[in-house]
Amino acid sequence: MIDIQHLTKRYGRTIAVDDLCFTVKPGHVTAFLGPNGAGKSTTMRLMLGLDRPAHGDVRFDGKRYEHLHRPLHTVGAMLEARSMHGGRSGYHHLLWLAQSNRLPKARVKQVLEMVGLPDAARRRVSGYSLGMTQRLGIAAALLGDPPVLLLDEPVNGLDPEGIVWIRHLLKELAGQGRTVFVSSHFMAETALTAQHLIVIGRGRLLADTTVPGLIGESASLEEAFIRLTAGGQR
Amino acid sequence: MTAMMLAEWTKIRTVRSTLWTLLPSLAISAAIAYLAGSSFRTSLADRPGDFDPLFATFYSLTLAQLGIVVFGVLVIGAEYSTGTIRSALITVPQRGKLYLAKVCAVTLTMFGVSALIVPATFFAAQSGLGPYRVTLGDKGVAEAMIGAVCYLTLICLLATGITTMLRSSIAALVILLPLFFLGGSGLGNLPQIKDFAQYLPDQAGMVVLHLTVPDDPQQFGRDYGPWTGLGIMALWTLVALLGGLWTLRRRDA
Repeated sequence: MIDIQHLTKRYGRTIAVDDLCFTVKPGHVTAFLGPNGAGKSTTMRLMLGLDRPAHGDVRFDGKRYEHLHRPLHTVGAMLEARSMHGGRSGYHHLLWLAQSNRLPKARVKQVLEMVGLPDAARRRVSGYSLGMTQRLGIAAALLGDPPVLLLDEPVNGLDPEGIVWIRHLLKELAGQGRTVFVSSHFMAETALTAQHLIVIGRGRLLADTTVPGLIGESASLEEAFIRLTAGGQR
Repeated sequence: MTAMMLAEWTKIRTVRSTLWTLLPSLAISAAIAYLAGSSFRTSLADRPGDFDPLFATFYSLTLAQLGIVVFGVLVIGAEYSTGTIRSALITVPQRGKLYLAKVCAVTLTMFGVSALIVPATFFAAQSGLGPYRVTLGDKGVAEAMIGAVCYLTLICLLATGITTMLRSSIAALVILLPLFFLGGSGLGNLPQIKDFAQYLPDQAGMVVLHLTVPDDPQQFGRDYGPWTGLGIMALWTLVALLGGLWTLRRRDA
């Protein structure tokens, strides 16, 4: 369960995130949607304590991220932005993450197999394709077997097989009772994966509803999304 | 804390830049020490006089320190340039603790590396000096060697602190390399700037390396002794590290 209350972030005079309030419940996949520059990645960074909000806070089962002890056990996160050293092997990247949170070495091998990277793990990350980098990022998020997952654009760069794989993985994780929060700008994929939607535009909440609830009278989720966010830009 | 330090040590040992910066430091220091020792031996044979064998011994450290400074810069600077800092802050959101773990891991690594570089440099220089050599038991030798290990460790931590403050390897190197080249080339002893320059971190650390002579009225003299000099250097390092902590805690990642 993630609870976001009055979250606000300013960069100079620009408001990136504007009084955002919503909760993300366990047991289903919640998609986080919005046009480019709507504030999705900023919200993700605020949730993880990488950026400091001007107002408001984010709680994971009642606790702020900064107050989590060994947070990988509670929250698994994958950021869209690069967050690993190209000169280090995938295995060593996961190893230091695991060590910092006292996770066993065996868990590193396990997650590498889960994401389908066991052979590439000894190679340096700079030689990875975008899809392999995404898989490594997902492996990092799964390391601590966390009840909450935050994934920023996990579908980016994946091939069709990878997209099907992540669709099944996300549904499986939610089916195990985890809270799964995934940002995306692929509407067709979101319609297949998510049950709940949080839509933002210009940092403000535009919709907090189910997938059928947003589609409503529209022909598709894509059409409904474009109509909603066009309204939000006015 | 030990878990975080272990993670930081894994980060240090699993990138090639660590070896690329530290191994040349060791090789250059030992090689130049041997050459410096040999050249002193030749000139002393022609014109014997009063000389400090430890000056010939540790002179090469002023060059070797450049690799160590680059290591101290990259150990945090690469986290910013590659985005690893975001992964690090996600795994350990308590920024003060994360920074402390990194500083401890760097300190222990540098103590270990210095404990190789300093003896290697010492013995290379003594073999160059031949009949003019000193031994470990001679007066002041052990003290100078311990001082040299401290000097190299402090110079590395100073670089780490400044880089954390600036959050950029390039910006840090632009400041640090000219500063330490100035010291290595002896420009810090120019009479016009010496009053001030002698308190710069590397200059203050040079007394313990026998690269200056305390109370020498000539240009190489200092207004302080070896351990006071190292203390001045430690103070600079502490300020740089605290500045880094302040920046890390305050800025968005």
